[in-house]
Amino acid sequence: MNILILLPIAIPLATGIATLLAYRSRMIQRWLNVIGSTALLAAAIVLLTEVAGQDILVTQVGNWPAPFGIILAVDLFSAIMLLLTGIIALAVSVFSLFTIDAAREQFGYHQLYHFLLMGVSGTFVTGDLFNLYVWFEVLLISSFVLLALGGERAQMEGAIKYVTLNLMASAIFLAALGLLYGIFGTLNMADLGRIIAQGLSPQERGPVTALAMLFMAAFGIKAAMFPLFFWLPDSYHTPPVAVSALFSGLLTKVGVYALVRVFTLIFIHDTGFTHTLLLFLAGLTMITGVLGAVAQYDMRRLLSFHIISQIGYLLMGLGLFSAASLASTIFFTVHVSIAKTALFLVSGALYHRYGTYDLKKLGGAYHHMPGLAVLFLLAALALAGLPPLSGFFAKLGLVRAGLAQGHYLIVAVALGVSLLTLFSMMKIWNEAFWKDRPDHDQRISSLRGEGRNWTTLLISVASLSLLTAIMGLGASPAFELALGAGAQLMNPDLYIQAVWKGAP
Amino acid sequence: MEVVLAIVVGGLYAAGIYMLLRRSLVKLLIGLAFLSHAANLLIFTAARLNRAAPPVIAPGEQALTAPYADPLPQALILTAIVISFGVTAFALALAYRTYRSVGSDDLDEMKGIEG
Repeated sequence: MNILILLPIAIPLATGIATLLAYRSRMIQRWLNVIGSTALLAAAIVLLTEVAGQDILVTQVGNWPAPFGIILAVDLFSAIMLLLTGIIALAVSVFSLFTIDAAREQFGYHQLYHFLLMGVSGTFVTGDLFNLYVWFEVLLISSFVLLALGGERAQMEGAIKYVTLNLMASAIFLAALGLLYGIFGTLNMADLGRIIAQGLSPQERGPVTALAMLFMAAFGIKAAMFPLFFWLPDSYHTPPVAVSALFSGLLTKVGVYALVRVFTLIFIHDTGFTHTLLLFLAGLTMITGVLGAVAQYDMRRLLSFHIISQIGYLLMGLGLFSAASLASTIFFTVHVSIAKTALFLVSGALYHRYGTYDLKKLGGAYHHMPGLAVLFLLAALALAGLPPLSGFFAKLGLVRAGLAQGHYLIVAVALGVSLLTLFSMMKIWNEAFWKDRPDHDQRISSLRGEGRNWTTLLISVASLSLLTAIMGLGASPAFELALGAGAQLMNPDLYIQAVWKGAP
Repeated sequence: MEVVLAIVVGGLYAAGIYMLLRRSLVKLLIGLAFLSHAANLLIFTAARLNRAAPPVIAPGEQALTAPYADPLPQALILTAIVISFGVTAFALALAYRTYRSVGSDDLDEMKGIEG
């Protein structure tokens, strides 16, 4: 038993329970939220230093040896994702200190926040497909309630779409699990990887590829992949901005994590078909996402479409399927989650000041808040991929991997889409920050932008924006780490042996 | 027996998808419930149906002797049933709140109202 692996699950659970016990005091709940998120971040950092020496930590829950019990395993990729979870959780918890209204706090905002984090951490540490399903459901039910909490009409309509499509994804996932168990008699990911690596008989190949497609559809819905993304732009702009920011940073990335895990460890028997299809969908995801964004004038809807477009880049690295491209995907995931969350938080800060998300009604923010403007520019230019910010190195890695393997079309798409990304980031800049305010008599409340509320908002935005700058300036060590994780993913034997060696 | 269950599963999927395509919110939820029932029965069928002995190690033995029924799929299904129960309860509550705020359970009425 390695207690360290359990911490990313145990800490949010304990925090959630603690906030339940303190339900009478909103102030205590808020600070417990921040403390719990900090503890999660600390645990993730310790885990990352443990696995940075290329070890894979494995724990058998209940001491049932693999492949019979549930395995928790943390390799470098999982550890990086956990670190990302910690960072986003902490930044958003600071942001939500003074921005969540009393009703939402009374009806369980802080509890759900941590149960959601528990689900996210659980998916990152588990080594068992059915357990992955259970963690998915934990995070889904929390996200359902967080999305609908407050009960505004727009929220209800967004939540209906979100709930329906995610429940369909779960049903597909469950069916695929059952059929996989029927064929191989195991759901341990390492065991499945081992069996499939030993070679499939010709009559098994067809069904296994079909199951791979079912998994792709199920995780694709959660990741907002090309034909399956419609729930996202219809729901992400409806809840309070702290919730949007948390979702944009973590939830689609969980889908991408599951896709990467399954298509590097288990379904690698026919990469010519499955991974080429992924590459194809990646290109379409990028294009549709960015084109959808161009037409939007609600800041959060615009950013939601960009989430989809960025998912395309993450899938591109998986589709190229080499150590370098997977490393770029991992680096890109960290970069895009941080930058995207920062941008959502900026939209929240603008809303806090001006009371609207509509770009046509916004304006003059550079004049009122030059600091916030700089922070926005850092995150926006990082997202578009300008050097020396983090997005540049993430895209450089992907483009180089694509060129090295001769996939020129997807490289051209990736570069074109980043140009359009830059265009729509500049649209936000021009509309919200640069142009004059459309009507001056509207309330520009100097009061609203003062005090400790504003300070906490700025701290959370600044920490994320500066982090993207640091990730760009210090890209070398960060990319080293991602390369290590990519190499581990391309060599699934390491994972399989670690799980087996963990058997006492 | 497999054939009968396969037809039932197929029928449930067909009915579920038909219900999902209806405009009424309540029918949508019934469709989702059908889909999860279909998935549960699918696991049950895919994991082999046999009328073997229960998976209990006989006294004096060290391991199970074949044939025995595999208990794992039933554990999986039980977990999935519990989860879908909770999720369906939430979805029903959500549908009720939506009905209260929109004043209709027609999904077309909800289109394009949000900004």
